[in-house]
Amino acid sequence: MTEPILSITDLQMYFPVMKTGLRTVKTGDVKAVDGISLDVMQGETLGLVGESGCGKSTAGRAAIRLLNPTGGKIVFEGQDITNASRRELRPLRTRMQMVFQDPYSSLNPRHTVGRIIAAPFEIQGVKPEGGIKKAVQELMERVGLNPEHYNRYPNEFSGGQRQRIGVARSIALRPSFIVLDEPVSALDVSIQAQVVNLLDDIQKEFKLSYLFVAHDLSVVRHISDRVAVMYLGHIMEITDRDTLYAAPQHPYTQALLSAVPLPDPIAESQRERILLQGDLPSPINPPSGCVFRTRCVFAQDLCAVDMPELREVAPGHKIACHFPQISLQKQIEIRRPHSDQPMPPSSIQVDRPQTSGPASGRDFVGE
Amino acid sequence: MSYLEVKDLRVAFPTDDGLVQAVDGVSFNIERGKTLGIVGESGSGKSVTSLAIMSLLNRKHAIISGEVIIEGKNLITADEETVRSYRGHEMAMIFQDPMSSLHPFFSVGDQVAEAYKVHNDVSDEKAFDHAIQMLDRVGIPEPAKRASDFPHQFSGGMRQRAMIAMALCNDPSLLIADEPTTALDVTVQAQILSLIKDVQKEFNSAVIVITHDLGVVAEVADDVMVMYAGRVVERGTVNDIFYRPEMPYTVGLLSSAPRLDQVSDRLIPIEGQPPSLLRLPAGCSFAPRCFAKSHVNGDACDTTMPELLQTRPGHDVRCHLESSARISVAKQRLAGEN
Amino acid sequence: MGIYIFRRTLYAIALLFVISLVVFVLFSALPFDPASLTCGKNCTTEVIEANRIRLGYDLPMWEQYVKFLQGIFIGRDYGHGVASFTCPAPALGYSFFRQECVTSLLITALPPTIWLAIGSVTLWVGTGILLGIWAARRRGGAPDHIINVLTVFATSMPTFLTGQMALTFLIGKFGWIPPPDYYEPYQNFPKFFSTMFLPWIVLALPGLAIYARLTRGFVLETGSEDFVRTARAKGLPEKTILWRHTLRPALSPLTTLAALDLAFMLGGAVVTEKIFSIPGLGRLTIQSVIQYDLPVIVGTTILAAAFIVVANLIVDILYSVIDPRVRLK
Repeated sequence: MTEPILSITDLQMYFPVMKTGLRTVKTGDVKAVDGISLDVMQGETLGLVGESGCGKSTAGRAAIRLLNPTGGKIVFEGQDITNASRRELRPLRTRMQMVFQDPYSSLNPRHTVGRIIAAPFEIQGVKPEGGIKKAVQELMERVGLNPEHYNRYPNEFSGGQRQRIGVARSIALRPSFIVLDEPVSALDVSIQAQVVNLLDDIQKEFKLSYLFVAHDLSVVRHISDRVAVMYLGHIMEITDRDTLYAAPQHPYTQALLSAVPLPDPIAESQRERILLQGDLPSPINPPSGCVFRTRCVFAQDLCAVDMPELREVAPGHKIACHFPQISLQKQIEIRRPHSDQPMPPSSIQVDRPQTSGPASGRDFVGE
Repeated sequence: MSYLEVKDLRVAFPTDDGLVQAVDGVSFNIERGKTLGIVGESGSGKSVTSLAIMSLLNRKHAIISGEVIIEGKNLITADEETVRSYRGHEMAMIFQDPMSSLHPFFSVGDQVAEAYKVHNDVSDEKAFDHAIQMLDRVGIPEPAKRASDFPHQFSGGMRQRAMIAMALCNDPSLLIADEPTTALDVTVQAQILSLIKDVQKEFNSAVIVITHDLGVVAEVADDVMVMYAGRVVERGTVNDIFYRPEMPYTVGLLSSAPRLDQVSDRLIPIEGQPPSLLRLPAGCSFAPRCFAKSHVNGDACDTTMPELLQTRPGHDVRCHLESSARISVAKQRLAGEN
Repeated sequence: MGIYIFRRTLYAIALLFVISLVVFVLFSALPFDPASLTCGKNCTTEVIEANRIRLGYDLPMWEQYVKFLQGIFIGRDYGHGVASFTCPAPALGYSFFRQECVTSLLITALPPTIWLAIGSVTLWVGTGILLGIWAARRRGGAPDHIINVLTVFATSMPTFLTGQMALTFLIGKFGWIPPPDYYEPYQNFPKFFSTMFLPWIVLALPGLAIYARLTRGFVLETGSEDFVRTARAKGLPEKTILWRHTLRPALSPLTTLAALDLAFMLGGAVVTEKIFSIPGLGRLTIQSVIQYDLPVIVGTTILAAAFIVVANLIVDILYSVIDPRVRLK
């Protein structure tokens, strides 16, 4: 087993809630991240998924100390960085980087692309071999941009190209670890695939470890080795990718997976959907006990009293649930376009279900 | 007899840099009780098409031609007052971002009641009662109490429910949903899609769902229209599009999207960028990105725009390649071979 | 909501105290001896010293400020015996120059300024907004261009120029409008109106132009909001879309500006009042400045500041009424 490059233990990230009355007083906390523990292994991609407001982005930012955590411990490459000062963090910033969601607001519109990508060199005082310009142009070439566009401004690039600029900037100093915060969410499907492939390639080439924060479960499945599911500041389930998608045990993971519509109308009409009722509770005033219990169909009295610990149910498979549900989803047949399976006529007709399940080998990539 | 007929719809926006041909000759029909999905990426013209049907484009800034016929009445040539009486009454629309689409200064109940009152001669109280009924119908708990709340006091899913209540309060025959779930979380998306399907059954409306998400289309649509650079490139039943796609762009979309239900080693993206609508390629607008182009003899792809032609009943494709060749290229592509 | 208003009011009062202190200290630091300013050139040292004691200028500064504050709440006596005089609360000082309490000077000068301010602000806000709406509705058309040219013209014409020109031509040369004078509206309304009409317009012109441009911008910006598209999709008539759905959010930022402008004008329109001989706060201020009548200058400054503070308070409360998003429980 390889060493974790990043190890987070019981991380808490609270934001104070102020009430303005006669005096402004703190009345509570938004518990954006409330005690999460996870390891990112050398060379692996850990997917961090959840719906908006679950704390995944906050966790990603706190992990590389863009935020000051309220509690817990963060160890990066063997070094405790939980309370490291800005000065102590500075050399580490060459080792850990971040790519942001919005390729429009994360690039300074008044700087040329060359200057944007060169910024890490200048900030860290690094003098690459052959000069900064050559290094920047090599980076541009590497991420699939025309190096001659060195002097252009971000507004001359499309969304996908801007995200490539962001990727080039993040790998400039040859980091070992990158937090990717929704890096492809703002992109169209055909462009999204280009950027996902780029991320795959540079990971192999530069032996990077990723923390991939996203809400799109399909993209996370494609890119991750292991996946952690967050809900209201807590990790609900964490395991290797194939187990999570084929045999999730937490009722929330099951509901989340069943909610994603498949680009497969027949499978779509055959699957059973778990419709979660209601909305996400407020993170200022989360439910007692298990935070998911208010929307969980399996909740019992115990769930209102006791927040279940994240416990191991199988090697490498941890869930936080008192009443795990094993394999609730019916296996459905996948039909690919132009496959040799019997196809229905043009009008929608539901075929008899067949018994073959999806290929779900348990080859654990992270090991 | 179709409820809505769109014939050769064209929309162009004059800009300082030239004419942006956002929609270029779109035609389709839709019946009550059916759902049409319009799929495309940004700039494909799918949203402009829906705004043109609703006559929500500013005539000062857009050049619109063609026909949008609802029960024999062409809305493109109709006067403003006629169109206004159709909007919100015969045809209604819900938008992508329910937060910015609801008025921040008025209560949710008032906004729904206003939509009812403008087309019905009723008192304010009656309209508000109707609004409460509608809010109840779309699944807002304690509707009588929540009706006097303001949009910012609602969650994202509840706001979209309120938008649906507003759209349906006059029992419209046509409901257009433009990216109705893009701004919502996936579990809330599931609730909203199931609500749209339910109300369609109940009201027997014709529904147009515009989306970039192939999964959403597969779930709700009966028929699908794929758009690229302002044109329809493939059209058919939902099974045609998902199981027998022929247009290389459709195939490319299907192969580039990662899937929840299967793992592939590598995604197969469509290379390049969508063309600028100011400088469309001379021939087929997809040709510069097309992986099947090498299978076409001659330079047809670069010189002439192919027609949208029937490949089998109800399934139309815009491509120079022969149907059988298209299928074999598609098969290779989906197997990751080219 | 009650707590909110209460808290804001407390803030406002505290702010006024700070302002009074700052003004007091600033004027005390001026290189004039207030006592020697109380009599003319051939003044004896005895008279000056007597006045110094009578007006309390002999006391240490902090004590002078305490007396000043006391005066605001309980009134103030100056001197002893036969030569003494009393300013009742709220006393803001005594003008030896005019032999009158500052407060009563302010009270006399206030009504003309109030009429001038209310009239011109109403005119400029009202007309400005209407012109702005018109320009926005005909964006790119003739009204838009004409209003654009007029606003540039109006903003670039200073009041002392337009005022003097109006005085010279409309009143002096052609005699279309009665000469400057001031009448109380409740005594002779037609005369009040005919003499105030020109000052209103002169004072309103630059503000009117700014409001027209701002309104045009806000209306166009709000017009492209998603919720206006929703209103149109509901089938609402254009009239309702404009007046009900567009204008309220578009004009809410203008309420802040209008209230502050009104407050500013209530502090006195120095130039306009001078040109049209209106016996208001502005004219009082400028006369006091010329005469080094320090207590009056302090009084007018504090009063003007008080108007701004109160206007800010009203704007904050008004805003929470207009926009439900800032409404507090």
